[in-house]
Amino acid sequence: MSTAAAEKIFIKGNEAVAMAAIEADCRCYFGYPITPQSEIPEYFARELPKMGGEFLQAESEIGAINMLLGASAAGVRAMTSSSGPGISLKQEGISYMAGSELPGVIVDVMRSGPGLGGIDASQADYFQATRGGGHGGYRIVVLAPASVQEMYDLTMLAFDLSDIYRMPAMVLADSVVGQMKESIIANPRPQTLLPEKKWVVRGRGEGEAQNVVKSLHLGDGEMEAFHWQMQARYQELADKESRWEEVQTDDAELIVTAFGSTSRIAKTAVALAREAGMKVGLMRPITLFPFPQKAYAALSERCKLFLDIELSTGQMVDDVRLSVARDADVAFYGRPPGAGSLPTPEELFEQIKKNYRAVA
Amino acid sequence: MRYDVFIAGYGGQGVLLAGNLLSYAAIHEGKNVSFFPAYGVEKRGGSAMCTVVFADGDTGSPVVGNPSVSLLLNQLSFDKYAAKVKQGGICIVNSSLVDVAGVDLPGIEIVLVPMNQIAIEMGDVRMVNMVACGAYIEKTGALKSTSLEAALKKALPERNHKLIPANVKAMEAGAQAARD
Repeated sequence: MSTAAAEKIFIKGNEAVAMAAIEADCRCYFGYPITPQSEIPEYFARELPKMGGEFLQAESEIGAINMLLGASAAGVRAMTSSSGPGISLKQEGISYMAGSELPGVIVDVMRSGPGLGGIDASQADYFQATRGGGHGGYRIVVLAPASVQEMYDLTMLAFDLSDIYRMPAMVLADSVVGQMKESIIANPRPQTLLPEKKWVVRGRGEGEAQNVVKSLHLGDGEMEAFHWQMQARYQELADKESRWEEVQTDDAELIVTAFGSTSRIAKTAVALAREAGMKVGLMRPITLFPFPQKAYAALSERCKLFLDIELSTGQMVDDVRLSVARDADVAFYGRPPGAGSLPTPEELFEQIKKNYRAVA
Repeated sequence: MRYDVFIAGYGGQGVLLAGNLLSYAAIHEGKNVSFFPAYGVEKRGGSAMCTVVFADGDTGSPVVGNPSVSLLLNQLSFDKYAAKVKQGGICIVNSSLVDVAGVDLPGIEIVLVPMNQIAIEMGDVRMVNMVACGAYIEKTGALKSTSLEAALKKALPERNHKLIPANVKAMEAGAQAARD
């Protein structure tokens, strides 16, 4: 891989996920087909056996997530992927992984819902992803790629963060970044310093003491201690790992904020606004958990108007409102999931003009 | 410079291959590329469309509301998308299948290319997409014809590389038709 690193390749976002995972030494994939993410298992099915890895099409999404739990407990880098309906089925297993402090990567290529919904682009799994999704009160790392290059890079990052912080990590993509093809550089795996997995269970009796991986905490005060420990870890994650991109925010009188594919459309809309002489910038969170709260707070010290744009009726907007200064306004423009057509840059530019007038 | 092109037709006309081909040609010229496909569940029939954006810098939005150039390969896509072309833009139409009579699109240059007829004359109607690509580079100068030739090797599977000379000829014929 490293010799070909400088050469650009032209691939689908979904293929980039699988390619990056293999480069990051993911050696087990468990999944079940669903549009719009099936290129991920297809790629693994073809390439993983060549690397000595294990590809397994499970009997169901529930089977797949529990296989991921098992592989992770044994210390193997492993992942699963699905779209909304399948991700919902996986929530029990994700909760058990969180409760067992297990790493593991889950990719959600969002489609519209609720229920079986449709195969159109959507960002309506934001709440499910960033609030933990399953029962019991936990969070997972959530990364939001906006390009095929980021599908690649953030998948590798998901494995590292998941290993370092001992919690599941999700790549929250959508059908646009999953299905589109772009020219990317297939970077080699970053040389991140990772903690040794002393907690793994291999069943060989090699260690000095017995390792137990479980989410059942019945001892006196054990459950509470677990929660406080996890809260401290989430804080450390927020302090060290919050990631975002700002475009022309320095002098902005209005800051558009959007994640994933919507941020790409918004970025061109911001360029249209700049051409028209309007001082408009873009704030794009790359980590959705941890949400880059401090960055929003800092921006809102100077800029008092934000316009949140999502392919949903409004989810991330809650986090934006919780993050900005009290005297900053947050307007919202959303398209319900499965609207059949995507908003165009021109459409978003109209929204910018409408809200910008309020400032001017 | 940022270029965008929208291609639409029905499934089986090679709309997605045309988009891939232009993408590979742009990569060949060192550009960044975004190729965004949309198609029905059908293998043939149904609608197929894609948008290709290429630029020296950031490609920006993969979704384009008002394309600078559209290649419209059937009546349905002409009726639906011709009017969306940007003012001062170009609409390249497959006049073998599209009737443009009575349609008035001020500010948009309409280029009529009998793509099916040309493809048949070149030996196979399935080369309609190559004719369209040839017309595109002729009208826009956005990509070099040598880049498209190089792109054919990447866009076509190995088993079809023997067809490359015929496809190049179809592109040349498309360019010729757009010139006339």
